[in-house]
Formats: sequence, structure tokens, C-alpha cells
Amino acid sequence: MVDLIKKAKELIETSAVKVVIGYEEGTGNKTRALFVEKTEDADRLIFDSRCVQNLAAYITKKEIKDKGKMAIAATLPVMRSIIQLASEFQVNDSNLLVLGITPESKLVEFANLVEVETFVHQYQIEIDARNKEMLDKLEKMTQPERWKFWIDELAPCFKCYACRAACPMCYCSRCTVDFNQPQWIPVASTELGNLEWHLMRAIHLTGRCIDCDACYNACPLSIPINLLTKKMLLDAKEHFGGYQPALKGDHLMSTYKPDDKENFIQ
Amino acid sequence: MNIDKRLVRKDSLEKLFDILKQNSKKIYAPVTKNGKTTFRDTASFSLISTGYIQTTESSKDIAFPRTEKLLDYSKNKEGMSVKGIDLKDIPEVILWGIRPCDAIGIGELGSIFNWDYKDEIYNNRSSKVTVFGFSCNKSDEYCFCTSVGGNPGNTEGSDILFTRMGEDGDYIAEILTEKGQAVAEIASGIFERLETADKEKFLADVPVKFNHNEISEKLDKFFESKEWVDQSLRCLGCGACAYVCPTCACFDIEDEAHGKNGSRVRCWDSCGFSHFTVHTSGHNPRDVQSARWRQRIMHKFSYMPERLSVYGCTGCGRCSRACPVDMNILEHLISIQEVTV
Repeated sequence: MVDLIKKAKELIETSAVKVVIGYEEGTGNKTRALFVEKTEDADRLIFDSRCVQNLAAYITKKEIKDKGKMAIAATLPVMRSIIQLASEFQVNDSNLLVLGITPESKLVEFANLVEVETFVHQYQIEIDARNKEMLDKLEKMTQPERWKFWIDELAPCFKCYACRAACPMCYCSRCTVDFNQPQWIPVASTELGNLEWHLMRAIHLTGRCIDCDACYNACPLSIPINLLTKKMLLDAKEHFGGYQPALKGDHLMSTYKPDDKENFIQ
Repeated sequence: MNIDKRLVRKDSLEKLFDILKQNSKKIYAPVTKNGKTTFRDTASFSLISTGYIQTTESSKDIAFPRTEKLLDYSKNKEGMSVKGIDLKDIPEVILWGIRPCDAIGIGELGSIFNWDYKDEIYNNRSSKVTVFGFSCNKSDEYCFCTSVGGNPGNTEGSDILFTRMGEDGDYIAEILTEKGQAVAEIASGIFERLETADKEKFLADVPVKFNHNEISEKLDKFFESKEWVDQSLRCLGCGACAYVCPTCACFDIEDEAHGKNGSRVRCWDSCGFSHFTVHTSGHNPRDVQSARWRQRIMHKFSYMPERLSVYGCTGCGRCSRACPVDMNILEHLISIQEVTV
């Protein structure tokens, strides 16, 4: 991606940013994150269809934030994540510059996050056909069948928390699951402990998850945990009119309206 | 004991499985789910995966379970009553299909659990495992057993080692221990006389990529190197590497309480987690990922060789395959060897 390399070099040379986050060639035909701090390293930047890791996970990381202002090569899911993070006061124009990569793999420059938001809002979050089919299948199951499905799928989980680490929205410095006095979620990787962890995570991400599949892609055991967040996305659409990350977002699960249709909340 | 080399015909492997099952043996073998291969209590031979270079998870779960109950407790008027686990309840297990790099890991794990305190639960579990190793006839770019003293046909740690003679051939079975012999005797007809066999020509070619002694020596002076920061910037601090590793042995002890009763359980833990070393005061001596990544490498290539005379790495390459952000341990070890201090 020649444009991106040129832009990255310019940003570092002029000290407009301290670090440019992008992708480089990894091992075993994988790509991986690259942090460009010197112009000569910009030549290692690449972009192709293998570059699916959600790089927004790095912008809340202490080690990266401490470097100073960042620029980030951002695909649509990454841009959505950034808007959500901005609405949660985790990033702003003074510490982040977005180098957008359009779905057609074109570089698009933005002056500020408002422009990023406008760009992102041209596209709706759509669940892909394969996962939609799987969700339909789950919907048609009886409750005991569905229970069995999830107990079986979650059984291999050994709680390495790669799902949490790879997710841009999981930026809490201390996660509920790490508390043991009192203990909210069992630390142990057991049937119940695994179920509680993944359900808690899905609910915490409702109205915040931008459906990038980073959690599923990171899972070393390929457990389809993204089905949980996808289901919540569909439910949000059905009950709350959908979700689109917005800078002045109405946070879906933490906003109360006096005219809420449910009366139990009043 | 002398190594007893036998012939096991390819069609006899299923018979061996069935005979062991008929003798009420619990067999843990590699099974594939969601495209990932891992060891499970297997009821039927047909469920066993073949063709894997390495399983996604190591076999350490068998002797060092991810979650293991240590004791039950209950509070009552008189005080507290505690009941430890009964070691007799731990079953005898056959571990079927593990690679030589996992088999050698059993010894490395054992050296940690017997370094100072002798962990009787671990030792009991471990003593009840009979290891059926399977030599490697294929490898991939993540494999580096030969760089840490192993090899694709290494017998160390196995009770019986099977080496397949060609893609669709019969097996050479090396009966290596008394434990292996005891199992072989149950199915003695399966283990036929072997005329001559040179297993070397059937093994995968795994080139040596670095000198582990040189790395250990270099690490003595490498603690403050900037290399740790450069390597670990993309590390997200999850525990995938530690949890698939055959030799990572860190654990956390938690109480699972239910009112006045509860259990004390040992759970896997990882030095990659940010809160792994947080003190009660709030101070964290490893407050950045580079310090945690350094710990991972130092522990395996400096502290373990120094204290236990074993390496904490078998070259299985699992951590690199499992890492969601391509932290490739082989690549990083090579760059440690190349960087001038």
C-alpha cells in the first residue's frame, strides 16, 4: 500500500505523530501489527485481505499510548471501534489520527473523528450469511438443546482471555473476572465458570460490540463466542432500533428513558 | 531396561485400542473439534485424529488439569472441617498419540512440581499416565525441537514410541519402560517380531535454528535489553501461549465458596496477564508487557536451566501457532541470538 507508506513516512518525519499503527507481513502467511516510529520502518507496512486483526485494541494500551500521538491504519471495523471508544472518552482528536482504509482498499484521510463518524455511518453493520444461518439454527432449537449446544461449545475454553485481550472494547484495567474478593465470576475453568464468563462478556458488550469478530479470530480453540455478541446485536436491533457507534452515542444498555416501554424499570 | 523394538501393523492399531478399552483403560487421544485438535477421553478409535503436525493444546491437562480441586471445606459450629482429595480416585490413563516434544515436556513439568515441595497430587497423576508417543514424520515452520535438544523421534518421556514407516506404512513400536511393557503384555499379539528397522529415515527433517546454550548464556546479560520492548509491543497480554504450552506450570489457588461450604481449586495462570504479579499494596513489579514477555523467555531459557537443569521449552511451536497476534517464539529467540548486547 504505497499511499499508506508515503503518508506514514510524512507523519513521522514532520513529527505530526509519534507512532503509526498498521500491519506487516508476519510468519506462516499471517499478518500482524506493526508500530512505525522511524521512517525506514514504514516500508514494512502492508495491507491486504489477511489484515483482519482489530488494531483499535492497541490504542488503549498503556505501552502504546505512552508513546504520544498515534496514527492508525483503520479498516471499517477499526473505525467503528474508534468511534465507540471516543464516545466512551478513551480517544480523541488530540491523541489519534485516523488513516482510513475503505472497503475498496483505498486510503482516505480524515481531519478529525467527526469525519470518521460520517464515513462510518454510510455503512450498516451487517451480520454475514454464514453466521446468520447459525443464529437461525440456534433460534429454532428448544431451550434444552440450546443449553447443550453452549455447554459443549464452551467446555474447551481454558480462560486464556485472548477474546478479551483482542477486543478493543475490553479495555478495563481490571476485569470483573479478575476480582476474587469478592469473587463475581468463578476464576476456575469449569462448565459454570466458562458459561458465566462468556455470558457476562456478551452482555457487557451489548450496544458496544461493533461485530469485528476479533474475539473469535483470537480464540486459540476457535470457540464461536462471536455468536453471542451477534445475537445481542440482532436483539438490540429488534428492541432498540439498532446500534451504530456514534460520538455522542446513546449508550444502549446504560441509558434510561422515562417513557421506556418496560414498566419494571420505572 | 533394554529397548524392545516391535512391529505393529497399521490395521492392528485399532485392535490395540479396543483391547485396552476392553481392559477398562481410560484413553486420552487427539480429537478434532472446530478445526482444533486436542486430547480427550476417547471412547472409540474412529474418533482419533490423524495427520496433525501438533495438537492445539498440549497434553499437560492430564497430569496438571486446568482446574483441579485440592480440598473441600465446610464451616460449622466447631470451626472448620477440611477434606483433602483421595489420591486413589485419580484414574490410570493412557495418553495416546502425543508427539516427542510433549513427552519430553512431562519431565520438564515434573521438575517444576518437585523442585522444592514435592507436589503429591501432580506426582500421583503423572505416575498413572502411560505415554504412547508417536514420532513426527511431518513438521512445519513453527517446529524447533532440535534447537532445544529434542528430535522428531525422541524416545524420552514415552513408555512406548510408535514410528510410522512411511505415509501409509506399519509402525515400529519401541517399548521403552516397564509401564510400556505392562500395557504391551495386555495386547501381546499386536506387538510382532521386528526383523530390522531404521526409524531415522521415516522422521521429519527439523533443522536446528539456534544454539540454546548460547541463548542461555546471552540472557544472563540481556535483562535490560531494549529488545524486549521491541518484541512485545504487539503482545496483547492474553494467556494463550502459556495455556497451550506443555511446560508452563504457573497456577493460582482460588476458593470456590457456596455459603458455608466450598472447595479450594488450583487453576492455570499466566505470567502474560497484567495482574499476575500485582502485590497487595497495588505495586506491580512487572507493570508493562515487555517485562512480562521477558519473564516468559527468561524463565524458560535462563531460570529453569540454571535451577532445574532443564529447559522450559520443548520446541513444539504451539505458542506461536496459537498466538492471536503472531508472537513467534522461534523468530524472537533467533533475534535474541543475533542482537549484540
